[in-house]
Amino acid sequence: MTNATLTEKLKKKTVGIAGCGGLGSNCAIALARVGIGSLILVDFDIISESNLNRQYYFLSQVGESKAPALKRVIHQVNPSVSVITYEVKLDPEHILRYFKDCDIIVEAFDQADQKEMLIETVLSAFPEKPLVVGIGVAGWGMNERIHYRQTGNLHICGDEITGISELNPPLAPRVGIVANMQANVVLELLLKK
Amino acid sequence: MKIILNNTPEKFDQDMMTVNELLKAKTFTFKMLIVRINGNLVKKDEYNTATIRDKDDVMVLHLVSGG
Repeated sequence: MTNATLTEKLKKKTVGIAGCGGLGSNCAIALARVGIGSLILVDFDIISESNLNRQYYFLSQVGESKAPALKRVIHQVNPSVSVITYEVKLDPEHILRYFKDCDIIVEAFDQADQKEMLIETVLSAFPEKPLVVGIGVAGWGMNERIHYRQTGNLHICGDEITGISELNPPLAPRVGIVANMQANVVLELLLKK
Repeated sequence: MKIILNNTPEKFDQDMMTVNELLKAKTFTFKMLIVRINGNLVKKDEYNTATIRDKDDVMVLHLVSGG
């Protein structure tokens, strides 16, 4: 497929991204670069300096709300992406409302309980919609543990083992690898149809 | 019975078991889990009643923080 055919296909597609932290910001930028039509970004959080070790923001943006800040970064890369932002902490009801028209949903949360809530909600409410999750991104090295697997419409990227802790922080390389794996799965699914 | 657990074949002596029995047998003690049997989501309050039988395809996803 040529780049022109590919962007023509992607122009009509919408991807919902739940969380605009390390996974969400990097995944969104990758999709914007290749010409995704629309993105729906959801995050309640504010950019802090400690986020800059992995999240696609800049020092000048510290203190800004993540979802609209990410929209501005995306538009510096590719102004033709249509971006809708919601500055809320996602609950099941929001998920149903904001993501119902998406072609694919990307799970990009930080906390395990939030990941669980989103996956349960999407699998029950939208069993036909592909869901791409990022699980196990903390630390550094261990490239050989990072993998992709699929069961039905659930697509899993990450090592599925390494949780964050004081001694095992999330860092740009591994979080970026998994975020870009998620974007890569999204592309594969969108271009297949 | 023979099942597929996380894309890998597994054998158990029992003919059927509940989700909780499977988690115990495999010493999966994680708090945050997603369980699917043949693609269908099993909710937490069904772990004691939902049964796994011969040839079932079971997915147990362990959720860890980080993103």
